[in-house]
Amino acid sequence: MRARWAWTITVIILVGIMFSYTQDELRTTSVLSFSLRYAIPLIIAAMVGLVCERSGVINIGIEGQLLMSAFAGFFGAAATGSLIIGTLFGIGTGLIMGAVFATGAVAWKMDQIISGTIINIIATGLTSFFYAQGQVLPASTPVVAIPYLKDLPLVGPVLFNNGLFTYAAIIIVIFLQIMLFLTIWGLRTRAVGENPSAADTSGINVQRTRFINVTLAGGLAGVAGAYLSLEAAGTFERGFTAGRGFTALAIMIFGAWNPVGAFAAALFFGLTQGVASQLQADEVVDIPPQFINMLPYVLTIVLLAVVAGRVRPPAAVGKPYEKD
Amino acid sequence: MDDELVLEVTGLTKRFPGVVANEDVSLTVHKGEIVALLGENGAGKSTLVKMIYGLYRPDEGEIRIKGETVRLSGPREAIRRGVGMVHQHFQLVPVFTVAENVILGNEPRKLSFIEKRKAIKEVTALAEKNGMAVDPKALVRDLPVGAQQRVEILKALYRRADILIMDEPTAVLTPQETDELLKTMKGFAANGVAVIFITHKLREVLAIADKIEVLRSGKVVGTTTPAEADQAKLAQMMVGRSVLLSVEKSTSSPKEIVLDVVGLSSDSDIGLPAVREVNLTVRSGEIVGIAGVEGNGQRELVEALTGIRKSTATKFAINDENAIGADPHEIHSMHVGHVPEDREKDGLVGQYSIANNMVLNRFDEPEFSRRGIRNMDAVNGLATKLVKEFDVRTPSIKTPANSLSGGNKQKVVIARELSANPSLLIASQPTRGVDVGSIEFIHSQIISARDNGAAVLLVSAELDEVLGLSDRILVMYDGEIVAELESADADRAEIGRLMAGGHAVMAEESSHG
Repeated sequence: MRARWAWTITVIILVGIMFSYTQDELRTTSVLSFSLRYAIPLIIAAMVGLVCERSGVINIGIEGQLLMSAFAGFFGAAATGSLIIGTLFGIGTGLIMGAVFATGAVAWKMDQIISGTIINIIATGLTSFFYAQGQVLPASTPVVAIPYLKDLPLVGPVLFNNGLFTYAAIIIVIFLQIMLFLTIWGLRTRAVGENPSAADTSGINVQRTRFINVTLAGGLAGVAGAYLSLEAAGTFERGFTAGRGFTALAIMIFGAWNPVGAFAAALFFGLTQGVASQLQADEVVDIPPQFINMLPYVLTIVLLAVVAGRVRPPAAVGKPYEKD
Repeated sequence: MDDELVLEVTGLTKRFPGVVANEDVSLTVHKGEIVALLGENGAGKSTLVKMIYGLYRPDEGEIRIKGETVRLSGPREAIRRGVGMVHQHFQLVPVFTVAENVILGNEPRKLSFIEKRKAIKEVTALAEKNGMAVDPKALVRDLPVGAQQRVEILKALYRRADILIMDEPTAVLTPQETDELLKTMKGFAANGVAVIFITHKLREVLAIADKIEVLRSGKVVGTTTPAEADQAKLAQMMVGRSVLLSVEKSTSSPKEIVLDVVGLSSDSDIGLPAVREVNLTVRSGEIVGIAGVEGNGQRELVEALTGIRKSTATKFAINDENAIGADPHEIHSMHVGHVPEDREKDGLVGQYSIANNMVLNRFDEPEFSRRGIRNMDAVNGLATKLVKEFDVRTPSIKTPANSLSGGNKQKVVIARELSANPSLLIASQPTRGVDVGSIEFIHSQIISARDNGAAVLLVSAELDEVLGLSDRILVMYDGEIVAELESADADRAEIGRLMAGGHAVMAEESSHG
């Protein structure tokens, strides 16, 4: 039932996009590009939540992980003068934050919500304290156009003329979809998230699986954070992740804990934001910008209210694993 | 049976804080042998097999598997050495398919990818070879309990287990499924698999074991064979004193009607009719037993009668008081005691102390609280008295309920419900997972409640229990009461046939009672 709904909505949206493309090529392309840019960090951050929750760990510290790695990415790049080193700083910081969270939530079996909150508080504190004004990036991230594909109508300029992070996000989604449902890692990870005691008695090390997955997911948060400061904004401000880590969790739920589903959900979020901004810029609708900026948060609440109870989270999510 | 020794355990000791779970336990198992581990709950059977399976590490002693002394680091190593275990609480992932559950941890692989088709083929072949029908592509959550257990067994066989541990495998099965399983286990033994079979059902032990090891308080107190032992002797070895296996009770003298139900219907969790137009009366001073294969509406009926589940009825009265639409608290205050089927889930709060569990549904009564302040002296006083009276074996009344053994947990529930002197007691599976000694005790408590004038409605999947305790027997099938029998003229085979959906030969018109 849910799948049919999802398909119906997707088809309606696609038809709408085609129609709008025949009416106004330029605007459509620009709205879609905006939507994709908006969606990318949400997609990657949703993958962080997804890998953690599929392993049975609720990660509400994504927000903090994003903030820390955006910070490290930006100042790393500004200090060393290299975007690549900045990116590596971001990913490294993400991995460390992931490992710190895993230490609390998995190894020490702390309450997962509290562990995540600690991550968020640490991140806000550190990034605000060490924040310095007047830093600039050495360069803006390169845009890579893929030959031939970029010349396709509509999809060419939207999908195949982007920064590297955008391609990375798409690859990550497909990679995770395959990993989760076709590989041994995926089967074991899902088993650990559904019934850890069954996994344990089948000879799978539950704690190790969770620790590794949560840490690696932190690395993904590093990618998303680096994208935010290095490619999307080109700068860093205090608290500038603006709740994306939490929105990502909503997207993960809306996508029913499926990578491709979450990808579609994030695009839907982006599209809503893109269309609203465009309508406002064209003065088609006269809405104060504050309301436009509210949109992702309102949408999060509405969608969660609609979806809640219809999708089923991994059964063991949120519970530290105790033998017996 | 072969002479080859596959498992040798010597001097195994395991201590937990405050208890010695196993003390100097020794055991040998040969190839193709079925060894039954018999003992009361808390006798240390599970601890012993968990050490053999690598889940616990022994404090002292030695485990030799196929002649090699091992120090198992965990289940993975035990599995590698050919030890398989069928757990009492199934270790399955409900949203996975049968095949996925079976291969989990030992997946057929190409690079890192699972070879799904190969997995399905292997599982199908394995199931066929062992005469166990399952669809490898079915989701485990859609399967009945018996089939889930087959998946659990296949899991062990898939890992080439030649020492198969089965922890109370028949506790969750219907009589038919049990017979099927016992046959399957004999088949394994014939194929050279050594089976370690934990149970406290004496009949099963005598039916299939080659050797019986009896455990009591963590020690092996005797080794025997079915040829040398009978039920009475085994029970005595388990408990350490002679036990009355059959229930002794005087004839009932039913008085006024306490529970009066006409046309009660209720739906299952998924909204299908589960109880259909049931008519039922229970009088003061009698025990009415409901026999039936589990899943025929008994659970829904009990929940409807205790106000937990919504129901419709033409008449539903307790002591002439209308109970239609009453919630569990209102029903409780009509002097109804309820021993729920799932004590862990519905009968106790595991983290609470025994004392708090003893007043779980009465803590707000004037005796135990005044103006919102609890009177702990009264609570503790009652708890101390009940623990003694009902022989709950616990270090203290402050002990959390979930650290007790199954039998002692059940005694806490029974003590709480009976201490309120209910005029109606609804007891569902009162001795499920309870050891022989406690069963005897619980049965005698139920009978004395009857003799003191309580009306008792007993629901049990154990036909012997229904036959032994009841003054009147109702058979439930597909949500309906299909027959009513006086216990005097109840015949085991006849009831079995009725439980399986056979039509009543005896008069059905009296089902209103």
